[in-house]
Amino acid sequence: MNVDAAIYKVIKDSGIDLILSLPCIMLKGLLELINDKGEIQIIPVTREEEGIGIAAGAYLTGKTPALLIQNSGLGNSVNAIKSLLQLYKIPVVFIMSHRGAEGEEIIAQIPMGQLTPRLLDILNIKKYIIDSVEKIKKIKNAVEFSKNSNQSVGILLKRELWRKRYEKI
Amino acid sequence: MKRYDAIKKIVESLNDELIICNLGAPSRELYNISDRPSNFYMLGSMGLVSSIALGVALGRPNKTVWCIDGDGSLLMNLGTLSTIANNQSNNLTLIIIDNSSYGSTGNQSTYTSGKTNLETIAEGAGFKSITVIEKEEDIVVILKNLGIGCHFVLIKTKPGNAEVDNVPLLPEEIKTRFMKII
Repeated sequence: MNVDAAIYKVIKDSGIDLILSLPCIMLKGLLELINDKGEIQIIPVTREEEGIGIAAGAYLTGKTPALLIQNSGLGNSVNAIKSLLQLYKIPVVFIMSHRGAEGEEIIAQIPMGQLTPRLLDILNIKKYIIDSVEKIKKIKNAVEFSKNSNQSVGILLKRELWRKRYEKI
Repeated sequence: MKRYDAIKKIVESLNDELIICNLGAPSRELYNISDRPSNFYMLGSMGLVSSIALGVALGRPNKTVWCIDGDGSLLMNLGTLSTIANNQSNNLTLIIIDNSSYGSTGNQSTYTSGKTNLETIAEGAGFKSITVIEKEEDIVVILKNLGIGCHFVLIKTKPGNAEVDNVPLLPEEIKTRFMKII
């Protein structure tokens, strides 16, 4: 099983049944897998906060929604996290590729990449750093914590996960 | 016709639709006219009411969802029109009360008072059912006869808010009773 398949399996096993997505090159394989399998409903959105709105509405109907986005989108989402999700205690799972960290080649990603872990702390969002294949299973703990506590969680998928593939490129 | 008059007519047209209502004056006015557990009042996150409505519509395909949005709020989240048009076919109606102003913040003009028209943007986004209402007496008959589908209904009104109190419900109350009833 490759990294994308391992992440997909944990997402599915943890009960996530709706994904709101924006693309990232790091998430390319995972997005393709979700689309190919057709087991989890996936809706591409135009901006991350729009995805938060859809996720909140879906949660009201009993769904377990997740955003699958680049960490840059966390910055776009701040007001929606505070004045929608946290105001109403609506939990959403944020699964984010962590751009702008170690090994980043695009300079514009770095400021937001450096801020991301601290921003999650400031927002009172529990963070789960997934930087090795062994830690992928922690995604399930994150989803369970989110469901049980009615709090959103932030899962950061680190570039190291796909290192082999990147080395090939 | 002002927003309050339009919302009165929307309420008159209701059968058992779920309502997801925009923040500020629209929610206050809807609460004042007719509070019901199947009203979800969005209190913050300006721009996202149509996105929340889409989420509810996707999760409850057997129910009909009406979203009360405004011109200023829709202009804040225009991407929502593409997402809704591409993902909804059955049970969601966007009702845009277009008073060409940011009503809750003191009636500052929006661009729909200038060159922008939202029904054309909706058409470009992919909506097939688009209706513009200018007369108060047309609202009930149009809304009652929408039928199954994904509709964009724009009601043109004058600016101005009714003198009504804030929604006295706590956010968690709004959420919990809505989740129970649907």
